[in-house]
Amino acid sequence: MGVFFDEMNGSGGGTRIPYARLEEWLATMPKELRSLKQAEAEALFRRIGITFAVYGEGGDPDRLIPFDMFPRVFSAAEWARLDRGVKQRAKALNMFLVDVYGRGEIIRAGRIPANLVYQNEAYEKAVVGFVPPKGVYSHIVGIDLVRTGPEDFFVLEDNCRTPSGVSYMLENREIMMRMFPGLFRENRIQPIDSYAEILRRTLASVAPVKCKGEPKVVILTPGHFNSAYYEHSFLADLMGVELVEGQDLFVDGEFVYARTTEGPKRVDVIYRRIDDAFLDPLCFRPDSMLGVPGLMDVYRSGGVSICSAPGAGVADDKAIYTYVPEMIRFYLGEEPILKNVPTWKCAERDDLKYVLDNLGELVVKEVHGSGGYGMLVGPKASKAEIEAFRAQLVANPSNYIAQPTLALSTVPTFVDEGVAPRHVDLRPYCLVGERIELVKGGLTRVALREGSLVVNSSQGGGVKDTWVLAE
Amino acid sequence: MRLIVDHITRYDYERPVRGLVQSHRLTPSVFQGQKVISWQVSVTAGQTGEEGGETPGLLGAEFTDGAGDRIQGWRIAGPATRVTVRVQGEVETADLAGMLKGHREVINPCAYKRETAMTAGSAALEALAETVSDAGGQLSLAHGLSAAVSGAIRYQPGVTHAHTSASEALALGEGVCQDHAHALIALARLRGLPARYVSGYLFADSSGAAPDSAAEAAHAWAEIFVDGLGWIGFDPANECCPDARYIRLASGFDARDAAPIRGVARGGTAGDEFMDVSVAVLSADQ
Repeated sequence: MGVFFDEMNGSGGGTRIPYARLEEWLATMPKELRSLKQAEAEALFRRIGITFAVYGEGGDPDRLIPFDMFPRVFSAAEWARLDRGVKQRAKALNMFLVDVYGRGEIIRAGRIPANLVYQNEAYEKAVVGFVPPKGVYSHIVGIDLVRTGPEDFFVLEDNCRTPSGVSYMLENREIMMRMFPGLFRENRIQPIDSYAEILRRTLASVAPVKCKGEPKVVILTPGHFNSAYYEHSFLADLMGVELVEGQDLFVDGEFVYARTTEGPKRVDVIYRRIDDAFLDPLCFRPDSMLGVPGLMDVYRSGGVSICSAPGAGVADDKAIYTYVPEMIRFYLGEEPILKNVPTWKCAERDDLKYVLDNLGELVVKEVHGSGGYGMLVGPKASKAEIEAFRAQLVANPSNYIAQPTLALSTVPTFVDEGVAPRHVDLRPYCLVGERIELVKGGLTRVALREGSLVVNSSQGGGVKDTWVLAE
Repeated sequence: MRLIVDHITRYDYERPVRGLVQSHRLTPSVFQGQKVISWQVSVTAGQTGEEGGETPGLLGAEFTDGAGDRIQGWRIAGPATRVTVRVQGEVETADLAGMLKGHREVINPCAYKRETAMTAGSAALEALAETVSDAGGQLSLAHGLSAAVSGAIRYQPGVTHAHTSASEALALGEGVCQDHAHALIALARLRGLPARYVSGYLFADSSGAAPDSAAEAAHAWAEIFVDGLGWIGFDPANECCPDARYIRLASGFDARDAAPIRGVARGGTAGDEFMDVSVAVLSADQ
């Protein structure tokens, strides 16, 4: 592999300014203190109970995601650009959703192929013609970004349904502040603790038309066996709203109610952390026990809001991803501030040929996959792995897209031998309601294995606190 | 033609249910081929084997969805061991040769090119689809596909069940209207035409319907989208296009998606559910 951009050391030329004070911090930290602090961090995470079970991995379902104490830092100027780019994208994605569930102007204009949208599995026929309050489908947009140079950021993928991980963003900060209060005195780090309040306000701002008075917001979880259950309860606590399961809600007349100790309470906004297919057995999968029977009828007649709105998934499909820059131009008349990664669609013959000829250099992903499963990282794969993947790809090409292997930036990370560069990505969580807001921070994931480019927690990834410095 | 409908669906539960939630698409579609004279749906809850003492269901949300279907939610408070849904009404129909003229809907026809488990293709379905020529254009192709289904699947009740797929029905060579509709949808999609499932009622008079034909009053057929003409109904079970004998209720990808009644019982320990349906469609014309 070539040379990587290191966010602290640049490409050789001295420590970059945002990291100047951390260099001092690192130099003056004795090795014993470091292992002490690392143990303390782990104990804190255990005590607060933040764990992340990962599907299909076996082993300890309550294992911790490793936390690396070395922060990732952005200057105010760097962040300003990311802020504009992320908000621009979140806005265009929502305009796209309103459009494709309405008149489909972008398709009529020939800017996106009709079949990619209308035949997409995530396209929900049941919500066509219904415009959710404030025209927002995706209220929490998680945009996965990677960096390859001082000015070069790329969007890896968009997450318009229910992106997880924000509890790590908040907890990582909490733990860092407890362990290294000095760092927060010496550096002017922008706070992120307003996230929960902004999220609550965002959800309340999309209350349905039939709601009078202060909207009642709940979080709907599939239950404690879900890998992100901790996050569901964490966010409910922070926002001061109820955490409910499907069986705690019921439909009566034109509304949805929650069973409470004080009797039924009408629910106006449901922040759901379950997939569309399980929301309502009367509209989607009839065998689902996780949802609320009749919920979709109430939703579509304006009695309750569902966040993210059913059908939002069509915007974050990997095949649609390639058209997001086009959406930004079409709806906003602007040039995209954040670049897409060049993408080959294996469904197209020429692209497929290129991909098959260059499997060794490319990253190949399933169109509907997530979590780092079912992908091939060409440069890291053995010949046998590449050939096995080639067979899958040829058998079902439309199921895959391919991208070049990006030279992901690195950030210094504590390892057994001291400090070493490890590859990172970034997921900021953009909130879209009456306003579009982004707290100054995000979740930095780090590939802890030397040389690894896969940051997913299921594949040996860890997390870091992410700092945005004040001007 | 004036048609009178009396459609009763009765659910009996082994053990009392605490309550039920249902979503109905039991209202005739609004288009030039049919006009409602009167229409009423009632839902009642009671006890199996006991007459009287029934309590009415409670109306829920009501709206028209993107497919143009009128949807009405219901809640039924328990405990109950018997729930009865009764549809009674009178509709004035016209023969539009299967065309769905003047129907207001906003879903792009392309959305109906997606296959489901019930309408998925197979080698046999593909082979059957390829026997029909498209030289005469989409409309003639659609007629040809419908005829191909009529020829390949003989009307025979009791052979297939609610979850039989198009490819299974074709392999059996026998089935009911649901199977004919699924098979036609599969064939149309394989030939690139959007297609969907339609549920409704059929009036079959004593002279018109042969004893071995699909004279089921609760009926289903398919619609195929033809450029320039829009959605057109085809009933391979009766080898025709829907005419004045048909009342259209709702559409969807397949039978499950177009079901006129979807419901869930609350209670968990309700045991088995038994369903009994009786439908009478009569002509009011003298």
